[in-house]
This record gives sequence, structure tokens and C-alpha cells, in this order.
Amino acid sequence: MSKQLTPKSSKKQSPESSKNLPPGLQLENVDDRIMTLNVGPQHPGSGHMRLIIKVDGDYIVNCDPDPGYVHRGEEKMAEYRNYITNIPHLERPVIHDSCNILYPYCLGIEELVGIEVPERAKYLRVIAAELNRCVYTQYWLAIYGIFLGHSTMFMWPAGDRELLIDLLEKMSGARVTHAYFVPGGIRNDVPANFEDVCLRQVNYFEKRIKEYAGIFYDNPILIARTKDTGVLSREDAIRLGTTGSVLRASGVDFDIRKKEPYDVYDELDVHSNVMKAGDSYARSKVPWLDMLESCNIIRQALEKMPKSGGVRTKLKPNPKGGDDEVYRRVESGRGSLGMHIVSDKKPQPYRLKISVGSFRNLIAMPYLLKGEKLGNMPAVYWSLNYWPVEADR
Amino acid sequence: MSVIAPKFRLGYFLKGIIDNALWIIVLVTLIVVPLIQVLLIYINLPVVDGELLTPFLAFTLIFHPELAVPLVEAIIRSDLFHIAAFPGFGFAALMAAAVIFVERKMLAKLQLRVGPFYCGKIEGIFQLIADGIKLVSKEIIIPDKADKPIFWVAPLLFVGAAAAFVALIPVAPGGEEFDNMPWVVADLDVGLIAVFAVIGFFPIITVLSAWSSNSKYPFIGGIRALHQMVSFEIPLILSLLGVVILTGTLNLNEIVQSQTSFPWILFLPVGAIVFFIAMLAELERIPFDLPEAESEIVAGWLTEFSGMMYGLVQLGSYVKLYAFAALFVTIFLAGYNGPSIYPDFPQDIIDDGIIIPGMTGPLLTVKPFTDGTAVLDQEMINGLIWFVLKTAAVIFFILLIRGVFPRVRIDMLLHIGWYKLIGLAFVNIFIALGLLYSGILAPAGAF
Repeated sequence: MSKQLTPKSSKKQSPESSKNLPPGLQLENVDDRIMTLNVGPQHPGSGHMRLIIKVDGDYIVNCDPDPGYVHRGEEKMAEYRNYITNIPHLERPVIHDSCNILYPYCLGIEELVGIEVPERAKYLRVIAAELNRCVYTQYWLAIYGIFLGHSTMFMWPAGDRELLIDLLEKMSGARVTHAYFVPGGIRNDVPANFEDVCLRQVNYFEKRIKEYAGIFYDNPILIARTKDTGVLSREDAIRLGTTGSVLRASGVDFDIRKKEPYDVYDELDVHSNVMKAGDSYARSKVPWLDMLESCNIIRQALEKMPKSGGVRTKLKPNPKGGDDEVYRRVESGRGSLGMHIVSDKKPQPYRLKISVGSFRNLIAMPYLLKGEKLGNMPAVYWSLNYWPVEADR
Repeated sequence: MSVIAPKFRLGYFLKGIIDNALWIIVLVTLIVVPLIQVLLIYINLPVVDGELLTPFLAFTLIFHPELAVPLVEAIIRSDLFHIAAFPGFGFAALMAAAVIFVERKMLAKLQLRVGPFYCGKIEGIFQLIADGIKLVSKEIIIPDKADKPIFWVAPLLFVGAAAAFVALIPVAPGGEEFDNMPWVVADLDVGLIAVFAVIGFFPIITVLSAWSSNSKYPFIGGIRALHQMVSFEIPLILSLLGVVILTGTLNLNEIVQSQTSFPWILFLPVGAIVFFIAMLAELERIPFDLPEAESEIVAGWLTEFSGMMYGLVQLGSYVKLYAFAALFVTIFLAGYNGPSIYPDFPQDIIDDGIIIPGMTGPLLTVKPFTDGTAVLDQEMINGLIWFVLKTAAVIFFILLIRGVFPRVRIDMLLHIGWYKLIGLAFVNIFIALGLLYSGILAPAGAF
């Protein structure tokens, strides 16, 4: 430092600079203005991932997401296990949305092996998947609340989530990791009084989440903070390949439950929620509207469900697929969740590729964060409905 | 077996006892006895029965209830007691502890959960003690590249500044024998300016601690705190100008006494609102807790503090919260003034003391020897009750906001401070001047 200030070193400057700056005065280097922040993995505002953020003052000039801290090799692991024994570990990437991540796997195996699912099991699957979507979204909403410094919005969804977890416990026996879906139906039937309890708790849950509007979604500070921040236009949303609530918040009406109905979604009246703004506020509100829609779907499914009948078509002890491949996708809490299963006449899949919504939405993050203020970082980051563990698989 | 319970040896046991006894003797002779003697220097020792109260006599008198009264009175009226215990730091720390407990329980009720529950049997009232013990027993980690002296001294400075703030607040009226001096550590004629001088210390301490920790997130938090505190000091000062114009004094006690008929909030509600919002920003509380925004910058300027250093900063910030609430009460809510709710002492107890049957002579008495008034008179206790009640009400509103609002952004914060609050503060000054010139209220001297 002191060397630069001495007149000797200034002789090294190019001959064009005829006038030397007096000692102590020097042109500021652009790199000196920029500070690199490692947001994560030991940061309360990051998940199991790292964002390498370069800030110039209060503005983010560059953002480089660095996922991969929780990579578990699910896809490789699946190649060494039989079709049935793959079930419990495949739900690990999103344990609080475990029904939805097993859904495409079960649909794919059923198509591969060629078995039919009983009607009652199809409805129960829809109920479990919608309950699980709400459980995931409540968890996501709780973290969105605490990211914006709203501690009440952290506690309320985390508490109301218990209502649905209790229901899923009644169905499957496990609170979080259900392993409830199996190829050919569901693992076991629900208890006798399930329909009454489910209707009551879902109605109460709907009443509770409608109260969130007063404290969170209509809060003037929240609206001022999230409106017009991280705007993702309709064209960019499609170009960057986002999915799920992020895509629907940008004005694209794309919901796999409606566009490519699986199981009994074509018999139910599914309404997909679309907002045109494409900002953080819209992205935070669409999952909440989806939860209200899920309550409607559950009520419809409970009404139309056959009151009795089998719930599981038994597979052969060690099912093998043909020389075939299959791709099925469902709408999870984070958007499209697809599984590509390649079979080579063995009891294990030859290749299992999981395509998750989290990783698709992560691609939009550097685009959205560039040019934002540092204070907007949590509001934009978590509104992308991104679950790091699922993205790493 | 021997792994779980070490072998018992009589020699170790005796050595432990002797060691402890030696340490107690050494510490008592070297620290406690000199400390007591130093303390006794600062207490104005009264003359009892024509005999100057020496330490030896004082120890004798402690065990004699009737003779202990003048001693107690002398201690209560000493400056040291004022600074350390009642109107000063001890009282403020007690209020701060109560605030922490109420905040945790109230937020828990708001958020449909239980809050502290097990520690202390009744609703977890001893949770704070447990937390304190935990903080004391934790290791203090200093960053390797930190500027160590400044980093060490910053939490102490923070608590010290908060305590200096507390010293300026009058909490209760003084009795006749105090020459109507209020219960306040420092009764200054420029009290309000002294308050602003003390408030001006906080951003400096914050930036010092943030800079000295030599870490990125504390640095950002410190710069944010500097922006926030400096820009909200201006509306804070301007909002109090209306009261100063109307009362014509800067002495906080005289401002309180000017509100015997009505509190200033009735005439200057705009100033009160501006002061309340600016107060939230100065306290770094939600929605203005940007310097500690955890999802953006970990814990802001507190990131590198650990153990009791963090505990000291937290203590300081809650003492500061109490002091700001007390300043709001003092200036806008009539301070310790209020209708008489505390009953007068019965005259026979003042005259004779409480007689316990079967004992000869008065055993417990609240009267001093010479004049027939109590040590703590009725007016003082009544004023203190009103002061604490009003302060609790203001603190309740400060705490309630935390459960309702999310955090704002730094540019929104500066916009609120520089555009809206300063404008409203000027409106408040015009209201005050209008009241003055229209003759509705007369300036000081006419009360």
C-alpha cells in the first residue's frame, strides 16, 4: 500500500497520464467496491446450499448458486435396489412432500409392469397427495415468514401443519416419511372413521389458512417489501424453464393436474391459480391459493370416493419390467416432478432419472437476484419455492 | 464403574475442603472487606444518639430493628444507592428482565404456543436466570483478526450508555424532606439535551464493535445501524421540540410537573406518534431490526459476539428499551403524575410503629426518629406505581408490534425516516406554535 503512494511507483504508469496524482489520492479500483458474501451453508438465510453473492453497496451485482451440499446419489442408489425396495429411500429428498415424490415412481412402475389400480386407492392417493402438498406448503410458508422477519407467520403455519400430519398419520402410520404409495395402489386402507375426521380437520384447516391473509398477505409492510421485487416476466419464466407456482405466478396456466391428469384428477374439478404480476408477492401467494384449492379437491375426492373395495393390487414377488422405458410426471408442491424409468428385464431399474421442480426454479435465481437489493435476497430466494435437498437429489 | 464415579479418597476430600476454605478466606480479606469499607466511605453516615455511625456500630445496629431505620434511610438516600439500585441501573435491569419475560410469554400467546414453561414451576419465570447462567458459562470466542481491545470494550460501552440513559429519567416525586427533589440519578437542567447526547453514543458504539470484529456481516450490520440511527435521530429530536416549546424547559422533571393537569399526548398526538416510530428504529426492533436481520446478514453487528458479551449487548438493548419507554412516558404521558391510588399510612403506625404483641417496644417501624413522616412517603410510592404502569403499557405496544409486522428494507426505512417522519415532526412543531400563539396554552411560568 505504502509503495503505491511513493512517487517512484507512479513512474510505472503509462506515459499518457502526464499528471501524477498527489500522494494519498488514487483512482478507486472497481474490484475494491465489490464485496463477496458467502450466503450459506452456515447462514440462517440459506438452506443446505450456498449463494456466492457479490454486492456493490446494497446492490447484488452477481449471484452464483452453489447447490450440491446434500447430494445423496438417489438415482444411482435406485439402480442397485429392487423396484419395491426403492420406495422408502426415494422419498428422502423431500420428506415433507413424500407422497408426491413417490407418485410418479408408482405411476411409472404400474405402467411398466402393467397392473391396474383399484378405484378407491386412486382417490385415497389423491387425498394423500393433496394433504401432503399442503403440509409441504405450510412448511415453506413458515420459512418464508421468518425470512421476512415475521415470527408469527413462522409459528402459525408450523402449528396448523400438525392437523394434516395427524391425518396422514391416521392414513399411513407415519408422521413425516409415509412410504404410503406402492405400485399397485396404497399400502393399507384408512381407518373406519377417517372420512369424518378428514372432512372436519380439512374444513378447520381451510378456516385457519384464510386467517393468514389478515396478518400476512394483506400486511402493508409485506406488500411494500415483496411487490415489484424479483419480477419474472411470462416470457422469461418460460425461457428459463421454471415450473409450478413460479410459472403460475408469472401468468402461465400450467398445472399438470389439469393438463395431463393422472389417476382421478380428470374426474375432479381442479382449478389452477394464476397471477399475472410475476413478482415475489405473486410467487408467495400462489402456493397459498393452491392450499385453498387442495382443500376443495380433498372434499370432492372424499365425496366421490367408493366407500369400500380393495386398495392394492398385489404385485408379483419380484416384479420385472420389459425392455421398456417410461416417463411419468405429477404436480408436486414445487411444480412438475417427473421420473424417467428405464428397464432392462431385470428386477432393478437400469436407470432412474428424477426431474424435480426445485432445480428448475433454481435456474431462475441468479437471473432474478442480479440487480436486486441485498434486503430483497431472502424475499426473492425463498419465493422461488426451492427445496435444496430435492434439487441435489 | 470407576469411569462413572471416580474413586473416593479421604485425602482429596479434605484437600478440597481446605482449598475452598483458603480461597474463601483470601477472597473475603482481599476483596469483600475492602469493598465494604469503600462502600461505607460513600454513604453519608448519620449521627445516632450523638455517636457517629462507624462500621462497627453499623453492624451492631443491623440486628436492632429500631436502630436500623436511620441506617436504611441513609443508604437509600446515598448517591451510590441511587446509581446502582433504585432509580438507576438495578431498577432498570429488573424492568429489563421483566420485559424479556413478558415479551416471550406474550409473543408465545400471540403465536399459539406456550413459551417458557418448565423453568421455575410457574409459567417459566426463571427461564431468564437459566439463560443467564448458560451465557455466563459459555466460552467467549474472539475472532482472530479482530481489533481486540475495542471488541472487548464495545458490549460494556453499550450497557454503560444504556445505563447513562436510565440515569436521566425521573421515576417518582420526592417527598418533603427531599426538598421536592425527584427520584432521579441526575437531575439536570439540560436533561433533554443530555438524553440526545447519550442516544448519540449508540451508533458510534455499534459501528466500533462492527468494525473491530473485522468480519463481513457485522460490517454490513454496523453500516446499516449507522444509517438507521443517524437518520432517525433527527425526527426523534424534532418530535420532542413541540413539548419544549410549550413547557419552555429542558429539565425532564419540570416537563413532568408541567403535566399535572393533562398529558401532552392530548395536544401533540402527532409528535407522540413520530417519537414512537423513531423510538422503534432507535431500538432496532421489528419492523426496523435491519442491523440484526438474520435472514440477510446472519445476526448483523452481533454476529461475532459470543457468551456473556452477547448477553451484555442484549441486556443493554433491553435496558435501552425500558429507558425509551420511560422517556415516552415522561414526555407525553405525564410521567409519575396520576390520581392517588396508594392509601396513606395510618397515623398510629407513623407515630408508634407496628407493635407486635408480647414484645416489649416497637419491633418493626416505618417511621424515622425525628419528624413524623415515613421513610418512603405515600406520594413517592403512588408516583412510582403510576410510572411503572404507564411504562409497562408503552412497552406492551413496543413488544406487540414484533408479532404483527415483518421487517422493512433499508431504503424503505430511510424513506420513512427522511420524508415522512421529519415532515410529520414539523407539523407537530407548527401545532405547538399554533397552540402557543392562539393563546390556548401559555408557555412556562403560567402553570
